[in-house]
Amino acid sequence: MLVTLALVYELWVNSALSRHQFGWHFFVTQTWDPVAGQFGALPFIYGTVVTSMVALVLAVPAGVGAAIFLSELAPRKLSDAMTFLIELLAAVPSVIYGVIGMFVLLPVIKEYAYPALKNTLGWTPLFQGPFYGVSFLSAGIVLAVMILPFIVSVSRQVLMAVPQDQREGALALGATKWEMTWKVVVPFAKQGIFGSIFLALARALGETMAVTMVIGNDPKIHASLFAPGYSIAAIIANEFTEATSDAYISSLINLGLVLFALTIVINGVARLLIHATSRHSAQPA
Amino acid sequence: MGPWSGRSSARGAVSGRLVVTYPLHGSYHAPAYFYFSFRSNHKMRMNSMTLLRSLAAAAMLAPLALTAQTNVTGAGATFPNVIYTKWFDEYHKVHPEVHINYQSVGSGAGIRQVTEGTVDFGASDGPMTDQQIADFKTKRGTEILHFPTVLGADVPVYNVPGVATGLKFTPEALAGIFLGKITKWNDPAIASANAGVKLPGADIVVVHRSDGSGTTYVWTDYLSKVSSEWQTKVGKATSVNWPVGLGGKGNEGVSGLVQQTSGAMGYVELIYAIQTKISYGLVRNVSGAFVNADLASVTAAAAGAAANMPGDFRVSITNAPGKAAYPISSFTWLLIPAKIQDPAKKKAITDFLKWMLADGQRMTEVLAFAQLPKPVVAKELKAISAVK
Repeated sequence: MLVTLALVYELWVNSALSRHQFGWHFFVTQTWDPVAGQFGALPFIYGTVVTSMVALVLAVPAGVGAAIFLSELAPRKLSDAMTFLIELLAAVPSVIYGVIGMFVLLPVIKEYAYPALKNTLGWTPLFQGPFYGVSFLSAGIVLAVMILPFIVSVSRQVLMAVPQDQREGALALGATKWEMTWKVVVPFAKQGIFGSIFLALARALGETMAVTMVIGNDPKIHASLFAPGYSIAAIIANEFTEATSDAYISSLINLGLVLFALTIVINGVARLLIHATSRHSAQPA
Repeated sequence: MGPWSGRSSARGAVSGRLVVTYPLHGSYHAPAYFYFSFRSNHKMRMNSMTLLRSLAAAAMLAPLALTAQTNVTGAGATFPNVIYTKWFDEYHKVHPEVHINYQSVGSGAGIRQVTEGTVDFGASDGPMTDQQIADFKTKRGTEILHFPTVLGADVPVYNVPGVATGLKFTPEALAGIFLGKITKWNDPAIASANAGVKLPGADIVVVHRSDGSGTTYVWTDYLSKVSSEWQTKVGKATSVNWPVGLGGKGNEGVSGLVQQTSGAMGYVELIYAIQTKISYGLVRNVSGAFVNADLASVTAAAAGAAANMPGDFRVSITNAPGKAAYPISSFTWLLIPAKIQDPAKKKAITDFLKWMLADGQRMTEVLAFAQLPKPVVAKELKAISAVK
């Protein structure tokens, strides 16, 4: 608690110069020019949000699906073994994800995913233009893999906390296994699953190392997911050590404040949801 | 330094306080029986060889062992980190009473920390600006001195299918490519300098550093000198607003992206290009010769600039004169405050500088850093006396 307050205080005080100098323009301008002392945060906020969204779009269906499989369908032994393996993914350092993303995933995306997406969805503005490998899309995919264990692990826990009576009741009423899962178990665990998604999102927003290695680090806003971009965490990590002017450092800290605010809000929501669910499942209906 | 290493026990023995060197003694009162068994255990572990060595060391170190340790801390540039680490390590071997701790946190952070006084000296790949020097003066009430230590170079690296290493680049071509004006590999600006090389019509994908870096400073400093458009539009700094291109983190990020992307072109430190065996190009210097970057051509660039070396050593040697000079070279500097309060630290730092300019210079080439030219060394030796 004290640490959090001290953090916010430090971020707030040290970003004062940037807030004073650029005001709300900081959030809506796109130029990031350390030489001229012009700092705008929009491309970074955009990049952070877009990559996190791509990651969620990919990881949520896969993660929730896997959690349902593990809790409802798989035999207990298989379920435990697989969950263990999936949770191991969460323990892999992010720089490893970055390196794998860069040297293994990028060529694969370029070779297979890019032509496929371009041919099928090329008419939408999301999938246009040249592709260099590093892009919003690649960063989103790497993030999806990184946040998957959070979704699977927490969702599985929540699904398994659904009282057995509920399942038996549904089956007794003549529901098929499919109906039981979708109409009884998942709705019962809904809030907990949302909680896991928010936790995963918070992780995606703050991820630094893996993102900076595959996003292309180009502070521009492009509609296409094939284009390179930049994220808040990545620019702070990249430029903080060499930032010399006061306005420069202050702007980077200001970016940190923005990211902090984003994650705090998301964490708060997640906590509330998880709290609500655990109370639910503690007293079977 | 644990009690088991030869030197520390030898020191203890010489000063007649073997027990005192145990780290346990001060903070942890072991029961007597444990304590004694611990000690005899320790003695048994020392085989005759270690004993001999410690005795020899004791004889040598006896006078030093009684003087206090001097701890000096520094922070800054990452580019010369390898050679600095080696130097501080080697220096500690010959002067065990001095321990220099160096953190390679980046040039910008090095300048900030030495200005704030949190470290004894800084290190930077680019010289401090007049504004930074003025800030230092107001905060610390003394001057900051620059001491060049070694030389490094940036090389243009590329990945063009069917084109071997050794492509020739004119300054105009380099500026044009990084400004986004030259977009094809078979552009006349590149082709005219490379008669006989079959260049494809592929797009050029520019790759630059995403992290703030001295490498970028040297590269943009060079482009600013050879292109007025670059100077007004982009300028020189450790990170800039790039007109085009992708950002890779670190030398490894840039070379990784270049190696993976067909048609890519970037810049990395010379040592890095040699180690990763990536294709890199020659650059035309002021005299009109296309020069390959190597230790000799980098030292030649410094020698060309040494003639007009200013008294404070703040000099950029990019685009240096001289037929053999490689044009994208740079010094890297140690930043030493002109007044050091603690006499022990002052002595340690000035002694190290003298050692670095003599013995230290002989260790650079193994690590692919170019030596300082002799006139620069002579000039620096004189400048050391300014540290008070």
